[in-house]
Amino acid sequence: MEKLLGEFSLGLFVFQTLLFLLLLFLLKRFAWKPILNAVNEREQGIKNALESAESAKKEMENLQADNQKLLQEARVEREAMLKEAREMKNKIIEDAKDEAKVEAGKLVEQARASIETEKKAAIADLKAQVATLSIDIAEKVVKDELSNKDKQLKLVESMLNEATLN
Amino acid sequence: MQRNRLEKLVALFVLMLSLFSCDLQKQDEATKAAKQAERKAYIQHHLQDSYDFNLFSYTKDDGHKAHVGFPLPVILWDDGLKVFSSSKFHHGETLAEVDGNHYKLYHGKIYKTDASGTIEYDEDHHALNEKPLDFSITKGVVMILITGLLMFFLFRGLARSYSNNGGIAKGVGRFFEPIILYIRDDIAIPNIGEEKYMKYMPFLLTVFFFIWFLNIFGLTPLGVNVTGNIAVTTSLALLTFFLTNFTGTKDYWKHIFDPLGDSMPWYAKIPLYIILIPIEVLGIFIKPFSLLIRLYANMQAGHIVLMSLIGLIFLFRTWMGGVMSFGLAFAISLIEVLVALLQAYIFTMLSALYFGFAAETHDHAEAHEGEVQHL
Repeated sequence: MEKLLGEFSLGLFVFQTLLFLLLLFLLKRFAWKPILNAVNEREQGIKNALESAESAKKEMENLQADNQKLLQEARVEREAMLKEAREMKNKIIEDAKDEAKVEAGKLVEQARASIETEKKAAIADLKAQVATLSIDIAEKVVKDELSNKDKQLKLVESMLNEATLN
Repeated sequence: MQRNRLEKLVALFVLMLSLFSCDLQKQDEATKAAKQAERKAYIQHHLQDSYDFNLFSYTKDDGHKAHVGFPLPVILWDDGLKVFSSSKFHHGETLAEVDGNHYKLYHGKIYKTDASGTIEYDEDHHALNEKPLDFSITKGVVMILITGLLMFFLFRGLARSYSNNGGIAKGVGRFFEPIILYIRDDIAIPNIGEEKYMKYMPFLLTVFFFIWFLNIFGLTPLGVNVTGNIAVTTSLALLTFFLTNFTGTKDYWKHIFDPLGDSMPWYAKIPLYIILIPIEVLGIFIKPFSLLIRLYANMQAGHIVLMSLIGLIFLFRTWMGGVMSFGLAFAISLIEVLVALLQAYIFTMLSALYFGFAAETHDHAEAHEGEVQHL
């Protein structure tokens, strides 16, 4: 301890204290403050940049998600529209078919009816003509037959014969 | 590292020079003992502050010691300011006469003597002569100045490179910036806290680099031993002491004079406090005292070990011994480079820890709530 105190030099102590305090003051003013401020500023800048990058990334992701969603929606919509269109097409075709069938049936019916009428008319006409023709023929035959007496008699006779047989 | 190795080699060379001629002669036992005493004195002398900046010494052919270096101003207060060059002492060989007063350099200290330079002793062989107040620019002061200037220009340069270079360090600042950040992020903030650390940062940074640089200078063959000087470490520790106690919060003082707080009634605390308060008060002084002794002892011991090992090379005077001592000295010098950094770190770290105690503020609301429940 005595040796320690013996080594203690007041002059050096005073100079060390003064010089160190001066150095502390000068460095604080000209070095540490600017250095720490610059470093803090830089760190803040980096932090901000990272944060903004993060938020940009998030925004981007949101945007992408939105896009995806929109795309999905569009796809679904397209799908729906296509389906609807297909259904509509089928329906139209079906409807057209049905209508055509009905129309065709109607036409056939009409045709059949008109054919029936035509047929009836034709038959009626034919009947009338056959009647006239038979009357004409009969007239001619009768005219011819009645001109010959024998023949008339013979006919009567044969008719009578037939009548007895029956 | 490369440079330091080189410096060690230079140191070796310097020592070799100083002991060159005498080691060539054959020695008998008596001269051997004398040589050992001389080496011890040499080491002791080297650890002390000195009035001139000695680069190296050697013994000339005619047996006289020659010293290469430069003198420094001696400033004394002895009934008026006395300023003269340390060259007047001729390395302690002659008296310096200034304004009719005679001063003698004796064991590294200046004493006022009569014209013939008599030193009077008491029974313990201590000099009784009057010692004038001594404010000399010693070797230590010169090294402090050099370190201060180096630090100032180095860190002002770093500060400027930020503004000139868009917030990015340039050159040697790239090396020092991570260290500054380390002190901030791993020493100051964890110990002191996010809110108050800025107040202590200038001191912590200055003290760290000051001690580190001076420790490294101590490893150079210049033979400076500033951080191994008790006056310097006392000054540094005192600054820590004052800074701690002048910035101490109410909680800091409460912790010293009322360490148990409201955890028990006052009459129970009295017998405990008879012991506790003196211990706490003593702690205020022991903390910085441990700082000053630790730094002083570590640097002093490192220098003694290193110089002794280098001295061993010349003591053994055999091929094997020389190589072994050299290897040891080399290994120890590498460790000393680490110790130089480590001691600066420890001083800064512990200072930050003490500042942390001084700056702490407890969250008392919570503690009080707990007590209400206890009652």
